[in-house]
Amino acid sequence: MTMGTKRVMEGSMAIAEAIKAARVQVISAYPITPQTHVAEFLAEMVANGELEAEYLKVDAEFSAASVVFGSAATGARSYTASSSQGLLLMTEVLYNMAGMRIPVVITGMNRSVSTPVSIQPDHQDTITFRDTGMIQLYVEDSQDAYNTHIQAFKIGEDRDILLPVLVAADGWTISHTFEPVETFPQEEIDAFLPPYNPLYKLDPKEPVTFGAIAMAHNLMEFRYLHHQVMHHAKKKVEEVAREFKERFGQDYGGLIQEYRTDDAEVILVAMGSLVGTLKDAVDEMRETGTRVGVLKIRCYRPFPDEEIRRVLSRARTVCVLDRSISQGYGGPLTIDVKAALHNQRGPQVLSFMAGLGGKDVTIESVKGIVEKAQKVADGIPVDEEPEFVNMNWNIV
Amino acid sequence: MKLNVGAVCGPGGSKKNKTGHWRSFRPKVDPEACNGCGICFMYCPDASIKIVDKICIIDYEYCKGCGICAHECPRDAITMEEERK
Repeated sequence: MTMGTKRVMEGSMAIAEAIKAARVQVISAYPITPQTHVAEFLAEMVANGELEAEYLKVDAEFSAASVVFGSAATGARSYTASSSQGLLLMTEVLYNMAGMRIPVVITGMNRSVSTPVSIQPDHQDTITFRDTGMIQLYVEDSQDAYNTHIQAFKIGEDRDILLPVLVAADGWTISHTFEPVETFPQEEIDAFLPPYNPLYKLDPKEPVTFGAIAMAHNLMEFRYLHHQVMHHAKKKVEEVAREFKERFGQDYGGLIQEYRTDDAEVILVAMGSLVGTLKDAVDEMRETGTRVGVLKIRCYRPFPDEEIRRVLSRARTVCVLDRSISQGYGGPLTIDVKAALHNQRGPQVLSFMAGLGGKDVTIESVKGIVEKAQKVADGIPVDEEPEFVNMNWNIV
Repeated sequence: MKLNVGAVCGPGGSKKNKTGHWRSFRPKVDPEACNGCGICFMYCPDASIKIVDKICIIDYEYCKGCGICAHECPRDAITMEEERK
């Protein structure tokens, strides 16, 4: 196992060190609190010649995302970072990146979203990206931020995955806090993370079309394939975390991380820096005999439903701590966890994908859905969820 | 044809995607009135018009029938007729 160098550094520097270690070739970022230090540290590294990369200064986050989208499409390892409104301004580009399967790594330095204007951390900004089709990893502290950024490239660039990866780190609590962080020798990082080798790339000598138009006969099929890859990414997130642990002795979990859950009657569920606090609280409560544990959700999308069920089914009570709100319903993480547990008892819930991209949903299709529901009520097991209605299976 | 990763495909895909069947109205050129000035050519948003021998030629394989050419023609040489298929 490789021994690293432990130094006290700001969380933003831990992220910049990871980006440097990953030998990122193109960076574009527009400064916004609390992401600013990452953008500044990287600019300094490029200016000083410590990192051989193109650093493109742009007018806004939409442009920053567009630049790295394009550069990654040419096959260059690319990176951007933002917070809050800045992240939201990237939204349209992020959907495109994910759909075109371009593996950019993006730091979401978590900050609340206006209104009211705030520079304080919560997950309202990154939770908005739930349905973009990006992989989303939430980190717990500066070391986790360093480790996860390096892992993010390996996950996203894998030939079986090819997806952008968002690494969410709480602003201030991580970005501006100084902690001891262990960094590793460049040659060891290189051995873990080989250069990006794209499956398709933009090259004037061999032109291709990215992002061609889809119609009702193939859009839903396209979404189906993307959805399948997200499922497949669960294994990859676990695999890469395991390899990182073996090489560097660092373990912050894969999809999830359990902390003292074995005999826990109460399990606390959370994402991000809050998890550190929960672990400390659990240690204290354990001293007085309270059987309590923590389940960290490290990977928010794809959502580790099976793993969550496995852990939470042992508890008597589950407390989900959300750091964002879906106004009009509640905490997004709570909703997801409840959904993961729902089919344990009570009425069976079935899921159908219907009418995407203009695909017809006829009376006959609805009858088919009802028939399936009746069959399930009669005890026939559900094979695959959700069911994609009226799929053209010939083209997937 | 199977969809590949990200549905990346060969170049020139928009050329293969013939959009003429979207048309509800068809531009019809009166060769007597047209003097080939090229204003329609400049305004056509789908590059479906060319000027050959001072006459406006419409490419019906791609023309979506928006009618901008008819609206812009200073000599009223283009009229929009209902498409019958």
